[in-house]
Amino acid sequence: MRTIFFLLQKEFIQIFRNKMMLPIIFVMPIIQLLILSYTATFEIKNADIAFVDLSQSRSSRELIAKFKGSPFFTIKGNAFSIKQYDKSMLNGDIDIIIKIPNDFESSLLNGRSTFVQLISDAVNGSAANLMTAYALQILFDFNRNIITETYGKDLMSSQIKILPRYWFNPELNYKTYMVPGILVLLVSLIGAFLSGMNVVREKEIGTIEQLNVTPIKKYQFIIGKLFPFWVIAMVDLIFGLILAKLVFAIPILGSVALILGVAAIYMILVLAFGLFISTITDTQQQAMFIAWFFFVIFIIMSGLFTPVEGMPKWAQIINIINPIAYFIDFMRLVMLKGADFVDVQMQILKITVYAITMLGLSIIRYRKNA
Amino acid sequence: MNNAIIIQSLSKSYGDVEALKNISIDIKTGEIFGFIGSDGAGKTTLFRILTSLMIPDHGTAEVIGFDVVKDYKELRKNLGYMPGQFSLYQDLTVKENLNFFAGIFKTSIAENYHLIEDIYKQIEPFKNRRAGKLSGGMKQKLALSCALIHKPKVLFLDEPTTGVDVVSRAEFWEILKSLKQQGITIVVSTPYMDEAALCDRVALIQKGAILTIDTPENIVSNFHEPIYAVKAENRHKLFEDISKFEATKSAYWFGENMHWIPKENFDEKSLENYFNMLNYNNIYIQKISASIEDVFMELMIK
Repeated sequence: MRTIFFLLQKEFIQIFRNKMMLPIIFVMPIIQLLILSYTATFEIKNADIAFVDLSQSRSSRELIAKFKGSPFFTIKGNAFSIKQYDKSMLNGDIDIIIKIPNDFESSLLNGRSTFVQLISDAVNGSAANLMTAYALQILFDFNRNIITETYGKDLMSSQIKILPRYWFNPELNYKTYMVPGILVLLVSLIGAFLSGMNVVREKEIGTIEQLNVTPIKKYQFIIGKLFPFWVIAMVDLIFGLILAKLVFAIPILGSVALILGVAAIYMILVLAFGLFISTITDTQQQAMFIAWFFFVIFIIMSGLFTPVEGMPKWAQIINIINPIAYFIDFMRLVMLKGADFVDVQMQILKITVYAITMLGLSIIRYRKNA
Repeated sequence: MNNAIIIQSLSKSYGDVEALKNISIDIKTGEIFGFIGSDGAGKTTLFRILTSLMIPDHGTAEVIGFDVVKDYKELRKNLGYMPGQFSLYQDLTVKENLNFFAGIFKTSIAENYHLIEDIYKQIEPFKNRRAGKLSGGMKQKLALSCALIHKPKVLFLDEPTTGVDVVSRAEFWEILKSLKQQGITIVVSTPYMDEAALCDRVALIQKGAILTIDTPENIVSNFHEPIYAVKAENRHKLFEDISKFEATKSAYWFGENMHWIPKENFDEKSLENYFNMLNYNNIYIQKISASIEDVFMELMIK
């Protein structure tokens, strides 16, 4: 115990003496949480739209006015040929083009159907989907008005109407969805990177030699290395949860004790991951890049931005070793759905087994004599 | 226990490179034993094996009665090691470093203060300074204090004086002598041949093999070849010409002078004649007695 005390004392002195460490541990995650939570959103506002109005009629102007009234669209032009928009479309100045044919009004007045062409910039697929959906909504409303006008009654009122209800996040607030995930991401990075870097640093500056000739036992060394960062990551997480509640009003429906309890196990997993990386590398640079290699993959595949269900089968299999995916899943379930221990026991079991495996692996890999 | 360290046919290779070739040495309890050799001679590899940081490919080594492979746990409690590279925490202060190493050896500064007193007194005024901000000489003293704080029976110092100024080097050797008085066996490596004379016994090591082991006095007295110090105006030309000379057994720079060892049946007269033939002016040739460095140079050139 005394040995561990001296190891911990040394680590904490070093951590808090490092001028960059306090900002890295406490300021950077907060700034990231604030920035990412506001920006990592799928909502589309101010899509740029242009029209090719060949009809130049009262009806076509009415349709354009509908778009003008929508908060989603900013009208960027009205021309006579799609060709004129080639360049703006290429530059990304225009997201969507609607072409109204010259027989638009005459067809409508004579009771014939007519076609409106909708072209969208689909470089960003999900954004294109959303914009097209918004535009279709407006066209659909317009269509319905015409039918009512032409036939004197709303023929479409008798059809099935869909009234969606969004559970757990009724206003489809992306922050509610994103903040728990981003929080997981930040504490994972803090844990894995700091613990990994720290051990490699001892190798790099040669102090590990001096430690290795002492009677320090393996487990003492590993506790001495992991515990300080475990405390820091937990403090960060608690801080982040408070921020999520106060600044973003994210609901925390489930038990805070459950969240912290599982987070405590999860942090051991992440720290052990960092430690494992440090055992297979010799310099901080190597450790940094290998940690990035894994964590970029883990983050993108974690379900933070895109649902895991939408990924190909093989990707879902890879996700078995993705610690971030497990914990984001757990956090969203508990925070947003109020899941209790029984609901998430599978996630907890997986995180625990993974943590033990990773810790075991890194202990085996860490050798005092080369 | 007469021998503190028993090394038997120790070998270690890194891939194709043989760092140690079948080395056997006995080091006596309480002596200052020096390994002299240039960079890459195998000194650090040997030290790493003796301090249990590395496992040898073949052979065995016993340090103060403990096998370096099997009994490494017990051994580590009783050895002090100062690696060649400064290996203390630069961001901790002098006091914090010492406190830390005392702590993990389950002792305290107060308990063994008498051991480090002479050394630590010199750096004590700077005890609240970070180790990284110390001068080279002070860093060495701190590293030595940390290696001694747990009262080791044997001390391994890997090139402790490399990169340290001349005054600090001399001081450092004085400290080692006083530690020897306390009964600590000291094993030291150095690339500086002049430090060999300060050891009780030395081993000359080159390319992983031991060339000679003896006391510095015996090494010198067993050397019987004549040596001449040679000086001329054009240093570069001197070296070229003397190397070409048929009577030259070996020639090497020694500070300002060349040291020249003639083949059998030749002497300074033949060298003088040779220089006259080449129209040298102002040549200086003086017969000298061999120093330990001369012996080493001669052994290494062979």
